[in-house]
Amino acid sequence: MIDKKWIGHELGRSVLTLERGRLRFFAKAIGETDPIYLDESAARDAGYADLPAPPTFLFAAELDSGAMFALLDRLGVPHQKVLHGEQSFEYLAPVVAGDTVTVSSRVKNIYDKKGGALEFIELESSVANQRGEAVAKLRSLTVVRH
Amino acid sequence: MSSPSYDSVQIGDVLPTLAAPVVDRRTLALFAGASGDHHPIHIDLDYARRAGMPDVFAHGMLGMAWLGRLLTSWAPQSQLRRFDVRFQGITHLGHAISCHGRVAEKLEADGERRVRIEVHSVNQFGQTRIAGEALVALP
Repeated sequence: MIDKKWIGHELGRSVLTLERGRLRFFAKAIGETDPIYLDESAARDAGYADLPAPPTFLFAAELDSGAMFALLDRLGVPHQKVLHGEQSFEYLAPVVAGDTVTVSSRVKNIYDKKGGALEFIELESSVANQRGEAVAKLRSLTVVRH
Repeated sequence: MSSPSYDSVQIGDVLPTLAAPVVDRRTLALFAGASGDHHPIHIDLDYARRAGMPDVFAHGMLGMAWLGRLLTSWAPQSQLRRFDVRFQGITHLGHAISCHGRVAEKLEADGERRVRIEVHSVNQFGQTRIAGEALVALP
């Protein structure tokens, strides 16, 4: 069982600069062909300052930094036992290529079901850009299958 | 395609279905690199078998990204306010996922008019893989 003492634990900040090439790679990987995600002039014509980060891209910040898997290690959770249970995004301001985002997360809750056969780790994250503006809030639920 | 307006949208309207390509190893390798999720369960068959799985399987966030495409191909991303999903079942190699959305509610919040869209994705066997909802502001 995961020690409940980790509720409230802060993961440390993950900083990610969004490069156009990375966003185009992400677009390719998800089959996105809308030119606003691939061509900066099309993005500007659509009113974005540069290529927009697709709606789910910000989840990458804590994967790139290693914060997500480091948390599992700290909690003593074997990586092969985890599944993604739920994911939420709240969008507060646009995020585009050239922005540098800082993601700050904390463990909101840890609980179990089915007599401990399933454990759940709930994280809540806030995302700010290089101007200190809040751009998104994330919530993720990780399931540990024993 | 022109973007929907609040007045033109009715509860029960369905979004154009998005059909994703059949899940293969290349797709998972590309998504691992692009998303930053290098968990070997999605790209390394030997690891997956040691973990008790028959094979590698898709990242949940790949399926959520496809649902995101369903939404942003219907209304501009700048109008997306919330996007919440629950992953209900593993998407395996060979699954052909289709993404669906339906206008479930029209509402006003934070001084703007919005619609709540119920979204879900299913494989070719009719099994729901992801279900959730989104809030989209409409002019």
